[in-house]
Amino acid sequence: MNALLATVDPLYQHGVTWAVVLIVVIRVVAAFAVLMGSVIIMIWFERKAISDMQSRIGPQRWGPFGLLQTLADGAKLFFKEDLIPAGANRLVFKLAPYLVLVPALITFAIVPVGGTLHIAGHPVLLQVANPPVGILLMLAMSGISVYGVMLAGWASGSKYPLMSSVRASAQMISYEAALGMTIVTVILVTGSLSTHDIVTSQGQGIWHWNLIRLGIVPFVIFIIAITAELNRPPFDVVEADSELVGGFHTEYSSLRFALFYLAEFMNTITMSAMMVTLFLGGPAGWVPNVAHLRWLFPIAWFVVKTVGFAFAYVWFRAALPRFRYDQVMDLGWKRLIPLSLGWMIMVAGFLVAPAWGFAMAAAVLVAWILLTRAFELGTARERGADSPLPVVGERPLPGEVLRAWTDREAQ
Amino acid sequence: MIAIAYGWPDVLVFATAAILIVVGALGVIATRHPVHAALSLIMTLFGVAVAFVAQSADFLAAVEIIVYAGAIVVLFLFVIMFLGVDRDEGTRVEPLVGQRALAALGVVITVAGLITLMARSHWVTGATSVSTAGAPLASGSGNVRQLGTAVFTTYLFAFEATAALLIIAVVGAVVLARREQRRDAEEDTPDTPDTPDTSAASSDLEGSER
Repeated sequence: MNALLATVDPLYQHGVTWAVVLIVVIRVVAAFAVLMGSVIIMIWFERKAISDMQSRIGPQRWGPFGLLQTLADGAKLFFKEDLIPAGANRLVFKLAPYLVLVPALITFAIVPVGGTLHIAGHPVLLQVANPPVGILLMLAMSGISVYGVMLAGWASGSKYPLMSSVRASAQMISYEAALGMTIVTVILVTGSLSTHDIVTSQGQGIWHWNLIRLGIVPFVIFIIAITAELNRPPFDVVEADSELVGGFHTEYSSLRFALFYLAEFMNTITMSAMMVTLFLGGPAGWVPNVAHLRWLFPIAWFVVKTVGFAFAYVWFRAALPRFRYDQVMDLGWKRLIPLSLGWMIMVAGFLVAPAWGFAMAAAVLVAWILLTRAFELGTARERGADSPLPVVGERPLPGEVLRAWTDREAQ
Repeated sequence: MIAIAYGWPDVLVFATAAILIVVGALGVIATRHPVHAALSLIMTLFGVAVAFVAQSADFLAAVEIIVYAGAIVVLFLFVIMFLGVDRDEGTRVEPLVGQRALAALGVVITVAGLITLMARSHWVTGATSVSTAGAPLASGSGNVRQLGTAVFTTYLFAFEATAALLIIAVVGAVVLARREQRRDAEEDTPDTPDTPDTSAASSDLEGSER
């Protein structure tokens, strides 16, 4: 058992003593506190940044620059009445928020926040856990959080949340495939599943970051897929307020709603951190030779990179219009999944030998041409003469479809 | 006695996992509501994953959660929730005549077989595996590597046969689903601009609002 633990985390090398237990407890508490604190700041940051982009002032009443706005919101939600709709399935309705929140908390546990510290003679990794399955834990947890969304919508016993949860679960499952395959490319070059190894393998400078090493494509696929996985704009068809009231949590109020809200922002932060871990070298960066403070710089680099992505999410929300649902599915299934699969095969080829790499690239190119042709034929058949759908142009708007139906009826 | 042989933490972990597995499994067959049954199934899968981790089969545990809990039970729930299967079924009428007697017979045979197996054969325990020809598995991240090597070298044919089988199943499912859809579309020319998914959702709602 000790041999197993030693390969996982250097902290357990000399057996488990009370000091080791204490360090583990401190790590867990610290990670929880950091995540909660950063959620409070993230909510404020998002509201402030987006109001700046929309020429508004944003929160300003509570605390300096409105910093305490999130706490005020939390207090308000805390004192609101907790409603359970009459048509709800009570057990599942109560369970669902936790199924969203707990995976959000667990995923953060595998993010390496900094380098290795030495506390009381024990080497301590600055991450809560470094399981051998590492990054697979993230995939498992995102698989579990699907349940939260799906069950929340269904258990509400109400029409719009149900539609939203259908959309959400379909969207999250479809994008998980592309997400998984880009993660496979990262695992291929690293040769390990552990997030700690992924980060250390990128530690030798900017040219070793997976962003550059794998070509930019996996990174781009990953950021798109993860945005869809988070149901954040421009992929927020799940809670499209003009169509579905408020999405799967329409019927939730008070603290249960607060849990969903919390989990959403927690996931945003965790996924920003995950992107930094997988593609930008995590805490890697320039460290000046300052006595006793060298450990601080990796953490600072990590925070700077993560905040960069957090800002990117806010920027997406302000700048990009929401996709239509069929466009979301098109992008996921017809573009991202084939692209990520092709790129994965190419990376695998180049890892064996350059000749194999070029052969694979050629094969992928041929497959791409074939696939494009197949999509063309499929579209032609669907929109063609014997199609049950009326032809109203390349990408019909709902209103146009409606008009086409009524026209056909009138004839 | 067990605790002396294996150490308290291991026993505790095993007990927790076993309780999760058994309670979940009972829940699957005992709860009346199909969605609750599916949730119990997830609980069982989690218990199995914990048991895998306790035996240092971390990769299997992760795959268990990703594939079974993350994809397959989601599919079950999809079917239960959106195809309106979540109604109480009358259990008094036997859909297939003689089904219950046959099921009881099957249970008896399986249980008897298991008991004879347990009584007459030696169970191989410990971290040995086919992939290393009886040598112990490496612990930690090493066993993912061993597993990968075994699957993609020695057992490549079996692996690819499984992949082909899955693809055939997927293609078959798509063909069946599409044919049905087209016939529906031809049969009833829609007179209302109602998209099929909203009507399915609303008809399901009637079921769940009971």
